[in-house]
Amino acid sequence: MQVRLQLMVVLSAITVLGSCSREDRILRQPPSASNTLNTVQISGLNPGANLIPTPPSSNMYQESAYSVSEGQKLFEAYNCVGCHAHGGGGIGPPLMDSNWIYGSEPGNIFATIMQGRPNGMPSFRNRIPEYQAWEIAAYVRSMAGLLPKGVSPNRTDEMNIKPAESSTPKQTPTGITGVPEQPK
Amino acid sequence: MTAALSLVASHVLAQAKVLDPGRHHVLHPAAPQAGHIEWLYWFIFWILFAVFVLMIAAFAGAGAKARVVASGPLPIVEKDEEADHRAGWAVGSAMAITVATLFVVLVLSVVTGKRVEGLTSKNPVTIQVTGHQWWWEVSYPNSQADQTVTTANEIHVPVGSPIVILTNSKDVIHSFWAPNVTGKRDLLPGYSSAFWFEIDQPGIYHGQCAEFCGLQHAHMGFSIIAESVDEFQAWQQQQLKNAAEPSTSEAIRGREVFLTHACLMCHTIRGTDAGSRFGPDLTHVASRNMIASETLPNTAGALAGWIVDPQRIKPGTQMSPNPLSPDDLQAVVAYLQALH
Ligand code: HEC
Ligand code: HEC
Ligand SMILES: [Cu+2]
Repeated sequence: MQVRLQLMVVLSAITVLGSCSREDRILRQPPSASNTLNTVQISGLNPGANLIPTPPSSNMYQESAYSVSEGQKLFEAYNCVGCHAHGGGGIGPPLMDSNWIYGSEPGNIFATIMQGRPNGMPSFRNRIPEYQAWEIAAYVRSMAGLLPKGVSPNRTDEMNIKPAESSTPKQTPTGITGVPEQPK
Repeated sequence: MTAALSLVASHVLAQAKVLDPGRHHVLHPAAPQAGHIEWLYWFIFWILFAVFVLMIAAFAGAGAKARVVASGPLPIVEKDEEADHRAGWAVGSAMAITVATLFVVLVLSVVTGKRVEGLTSKNPVTIQVTGHQWWWEVSYPNSQADQTVTTANEIHVPVGSPIVILTNSKDVIHSFWAPNVTGKRDLLPGYSSAFWFEIDQPGIYHGQCAEFCGLQHAHMGFSIIAESVDEFQAWQQQQLKNAAEPSTSEAIRGREVFLTHACLMCHTIRGTDAGSRFGPDLTHVASRNMIASETLPNTAGALAGWIVDPQRIKPGTQMSPNPLSPDDLQAVVAYLQALH
C-alpha cells in the first residue's frame, strides 16, 4: 500500500513536471535572422541536375505551446487571415495543405514573412519584431499538422470553422514546388 | 437558515465600504434606471427580512411549546380531527401567501424591467460599445466619418441627457455592468442590441465585465465619466482632433519608434500612418485616467511596463511584448504622454 502510494506520487510528479517545458516562455535571443535569410532556399530550381534539399532548419519557438499560441494571435492581429483565411486560402494560397510554393521549413516561412513574395505576399520586415515572425512561422506550420499535438493550439474562442490545429492530420510537405496548387 | 444568514451577510457586505461606494455600488444609484433597481432590491430585501423574522419566531415558539419527556414511554397522542383541520388551514394559507408574494415580486420585477428599458425622451447621445478580449472599444458614431470619436474603456457622457448604448462584441460574450447606472447587459458577438440610461449626478462610475470571457475577465473594467454638457462637448471637440504633433525631440523620436515597430500593426493614431483597429485607438491616449481596461494608472512608469511586457501585467492579453531598447521605450512613452 505504502509503496504503491509512493509510486503514484512519483509518477504523477514526473507527468506534471514533464509537461512544464511546453509552457516555457522564451526570453533568450531569437535565432539571427540575417543568418536564416542568407541560407534559406526558396526556389526549387538549382543549377545542375540534382535538387539540393534545403537542410531542415529548427525554430525553438515551435517547441513552446505559449509561443505557438502567441503566433496564432498575431496571425489574426496582423491580418494574415485577411488573405489566407484560417489556413484555407483566399487571395493568398492555402497554408494548411501539403503544397508549399516557397518551402515549409521554419526558415522558409520566416523568410516568406520577412521578405514578402512577388505574387502579392507583403513583406513584414521593419514592421514586426523577428521573434514574432518566428512565432507566426511556428503557428503556420501547426496549421498543416507539422507540429507535435502537444504544442499545437486547441480550439479557440472564435467560431470553429475547422478542426483545431492540434487535431489536424499531418499534411506531408511536397518540398519547394515554386507553383501554387493547381485546381483539380 | 443558511439562506437567511447569507442574506444578512450579503447586506452587511453591501454596506461595508470596500470599494468607494460612489464608484461601484448597486445601492448608490446615479441614474433613474439604477434607482428602479435599488427600489426593487429594498422591496425584496424587506419581504425576505419579514419572512426570516417570522420563521425564527415560529421556530422559537415551537421550541418553547414542546414538552420533551426525557425518559419513560412516549405519550400516546389521540387523533384530534379539529387540530388537524386547523393545521391544514394554517399550512394552506401559508402556501397561498408565499405564492401570492412570489407573484407580486415577479410582477414588480417585470415592471422594473420595463421602467429601466422604456426610452422616454428624444435626441439621445448614441454610443457604440464593442467588447474585446479584454477591453472595451467605445465610439460615438456620426454620419460623417470624420466626426466619429473613437476611444477605449472610458465612456464620457453628458449629465441629464439620455444615453443610448449600442452593443456588440468582437469575440465572445461580454457583459456591460456599471451598477451605479443600470443593470447588466450582455454584448453578443455578431448581434447588435441597444439600451439606454440617463445619469443625473456628475461623477466617475466604475463598470466591470460581468460575463466570464476568458483569462483576463477580471481585468476588463471600464469607467463612465459623467460631466456637464459643456465639459462633454469640449471633450468631444478635443477627441475629434488629429493626434497632437510632438513638440520635444524625444517625443518626435518616440513617434518614429511607434511607426517603425509593431505598434502600428495594431493601433490607430489619427494623423499618422498607424491605422489598425486591432487594439485601442491611441490618438488621445494621454487624456485617459487609466490604461489597459482600468488595470494601471496612466503614468509614465505604468505605460513603460505595459509596453515592454503586457503579458506580465495581463497574462494572455492580445497585445504582444515589445522588446524595445531603453531609449526607444522612453521616447515612445514621452510621445504617448503628449497625445492629449
Ligand atoms: C495582401 C494579402 C496577404 C497578406 C496580408 C498576407 N499574405 Fe501571405 N501570401 C499572399 C500571397 C498572394 C501569397 C503567394 C505569393 C507568391 O506566390 O509569390 C502568399 C504566400 C504566403 C506564404 C507562402 C506559402 C507557400 O506555399 O509557400 C506564407 C507562408 C504566407 N503567405 C504567410 C503569411 C503570413 C504569416 C501572413 C501574416 C503575417 C501573411 N501571409 C499575410 C498574400 C498575403
Ligand atoms: C499584436 C497587437 C499589438 C501590438 C503589436 C501593440 N499593441 Fe498595444 N495594445 C494591443 C491591445 C489588444 C491592447 C488592449 C489590451 C488590453 O487592455 O487588454 C493594447 C493596449 C495598449 C495601450 C493601452 C491603451 C489603453 O487605453 O488602455 C497602450 C498605451 C499600447 N497598447 C501601446 C502600444 C505600443 C507603444 C506598442 C508598440 C511598441 C504596442 N502597443 C503594440 C495590441 C497591440
Ligand atoms: Cu468578461
